[in-house]
Amino acid sequence: MPAIARIASDDTPSGAGQSLGAAPVGFKGRIRAVRVRTGDHGLSAAELERRLIELGFIEGARVEVLHQGLFGRDPIAVRVNETTVALRRREAAAILVEPDGG
Amino acid sequence: MSELALPTRVALVGNPNSGKTALFNALTGSRQKVANYPGVTVERKEGLVVTPAGLAVRLIDLPGTYSLRARSLDEIVTRDMVLGKLAGEDTPRLLVCVADSTNPRLALRLVLELKRVGRPMILALNMFDIARHRGFEIDLDRLSTELGVPVVPSVAVRRGGTRDLLARIDEVISERGLPATEGTWSEPNAAELRAAQRQADRILDAAVRMPGRPDSITRHVDRIVLHPVLGLVILLAILFLMFQAVFAWAQAPMDLIKSGFDGLGAWAGIVLPQGWLLSFVRDGIISGLGSVLVFLPQILTLFFFILLLEDFGYMARAAFLMDRIMGGAGLHGRAFIPLLSSFACAIPGIMATRVIASRRGRLATILVAPLMTCSARIPVYTLIIAAFVPARTVLVWFNLQGLVMFGLYAAGIAAALGMSWVFNRLLWRRDPSDPFMLELPDYKRPVLKNLALGLLQRGQIFLHRAGTTIFSMMVVIWFLCSVPPAPADGTLPAINYSLAARIGQAMEPVLRPVGFNWQIDVALVPGMAAREVAVAALGTVYAIEGAGDKSDELGRTLTAHWSLATALALLAWYVFAPQCAATLGVVRRETNSWKWTLFLFSYMLALAYLAAFVTYHTAVWLGAG
Repeated sequence: MPAIARIASDDTPSGAGQSLGAAPVGFKGRIRAVRVRTGDHGLSAAELERRLIELGFIEGARVEVLHQGLFGRDPIAVRVNETTVALRRREAAAILVEPDGG
Repeated sequence: MSELALPTRVALVGNPNSGKTALFNALTGSRQKVANYPGVTVERKEGLVVTPAGLAVRLIDLPGTYSLRARSLDEIVTRDMVLGKLAGEDTPRLLVCVADSTNPRLALRLVLELKRVGRPMILALNMFDIARHRGFEIDLDRLSTELGVPVVPSVAVRRGGTRDLLARIDEVISERGLPATEGTWSEPNAAELRAAQRQADRILDAAVRMPGRPDSITRHVDRIVLHPVLGLVILLAILFLMFQAVFAWAQAPMDLIKSGFDGLGAWAGIVLPQGWLLSFVRDGIISGLGSVLVFLPQILTLFFFILLLEDFGYMARAAFLMDRIMGGAGLHGRAFIPLLSSFACAIPGIMATRVIASRRGRLATILVAPLMTCSARIPVYTLIIAAFVPARTVLVWFNLQGLVMFGLYAAGIAAALGMSWVFNRLLWRRDPSDPFMLELPDYKRPVLKNLALGLLQRGQIFLHRAGTTIFSMMVVIWFLCSVPPAPADGTLPAINYSLAARIGQAMEPVLRPVGFNWQIDVALVPGMAAREVAVAALGTVYAIEGAGDKSDELGRTLTAHWSLATALALLAWYVFAPQCAATLGVVRRETNSWKWTLFLFSYMLALAYLAAFVTYHTAVWLGAG
């Protein structure tokens, strides 16, 4: 998963936490920031950010990675507060999270 | 009619999976009408409700949405209807926002956004019984005060579960207590969305106490159903079961419909005098309608499963499991359901692509859906396989005929995935694909009433289409096959003198390289009506009385006239050929473009020609010519 690792490492050094896009199944934590980098999403960064917020990905929300697909561990199913959302790791990379108790 | 006599328009708005449609069904019962919004292919569902106070309300069920910011066709309709900007539709007097009581967080944000439209609104907390059962404590008064809109509980699936809502609708409409204010809605930016969600979170904290634990049943089931390996195995098992049902259960009613139309045709032959009128009624109208309606049982069986799985909450999971596999071919996870439907018939499949938000994702699915092996191909496949492929056991326990059939299905699937991949490379290389983001709702017990209503509507839509688009195509094809009539001294079957025969003969030089004789070419013309009509047409061309019923006899005739290479080439042709006028009509409607319809027709024709050519010459080379 070189692409995911690269996106994640872009964000980690600043101390903004890790990316949900690289989180393993079983990860539990809170969202610290939603920061979309312009990239290959098929949408503008602003539009993707708004869609993520509309599905409940907002700073402070509790998240838990519940499931992942067979191929490339993609997509993932994430519990966001009381909602379960399926999305691809590429888009989830825009969501920065910090693990519980971390 | 005076202004007062018109029933009041009320619109249902809400998140997907809020149980909005179930509530709509509970309120309107069977008094609903499904059509399309003019000019767009978004389903418009309206029903009539008479409130306890005796007021007539025209309730409209808008497509589910998380926001008024519109992205898909569905969401544009929702936005414009709510804002009163939809051409030809009057502005709703009242909005009923429907929220899932067990998951109200996102819905509360939508309520805050809808408030800015300035129209009277009621929040219906749906599935209130489930929420209470799971330990939610919801302070309705507090919620109502904080939100500034009336809040009522509702239970769509229980008798009397809509009483509070109806009473409140009465109040709001009759008292005119909630006047419309000036709308201040504008498309929110990310900062505004965040602020609104924070406010919604704060209201939720103040008015709702949630149980600490999420729905444990859904979690347990998902652990198995969404397991990376087991999940795919279960999905395959479900698909297998579905296909068994589509082909096994539907057989008896299909035979019934077929013999019904045969009987009707025979009866017409008795009551009408010989001549063009009889030919038009019997061969045009009756057999034309019959050849399409015969698929109704299969379409209903297929939709029964799709609606059932949808109601369970499984369809979103299927999209999750298939996303990566479909994604490899450049298709959206949501394309899975439309492509699945296309195994019965491409028409409902293409209609089902409306759930795909992006135009590109939708177009890609529409373009490849007709490649999936629909059930109209089966009679053609069966006839040719039975006549030309020996029923031999190969590789210990495989039947050779079954293997060929399986191969044809596999070729269709492979072609659909392959072509989607090609289109994505060639046509849309520059704009990247739409992101896959989908809510996985909690599992719910399907409700028989919703299932029955949904099935009824699918059936009506298909019948309506069969009665209009498909029917007019049939009449055109009958015309081609019967005009001009056979001369008095004609010795050949009438079709041989018709325009269809001339078209077939004109095509002969073009199709000779793929091994087709002129009889096949002539049969391909009526085969445009529906693929399986070609079987009956071959019977007519080879002058076999009632060949449609006696396909054994037709098979024997074909073995006498065709080489194995020709038969195999025709099979290959049928995998790809755009031999269905009704599908083309639906593609034209759904894409709203002749250009894409023509593109679909041309690429499929090119593939069919190529496949038949390669098959024919390979077979001849191998000594089957």
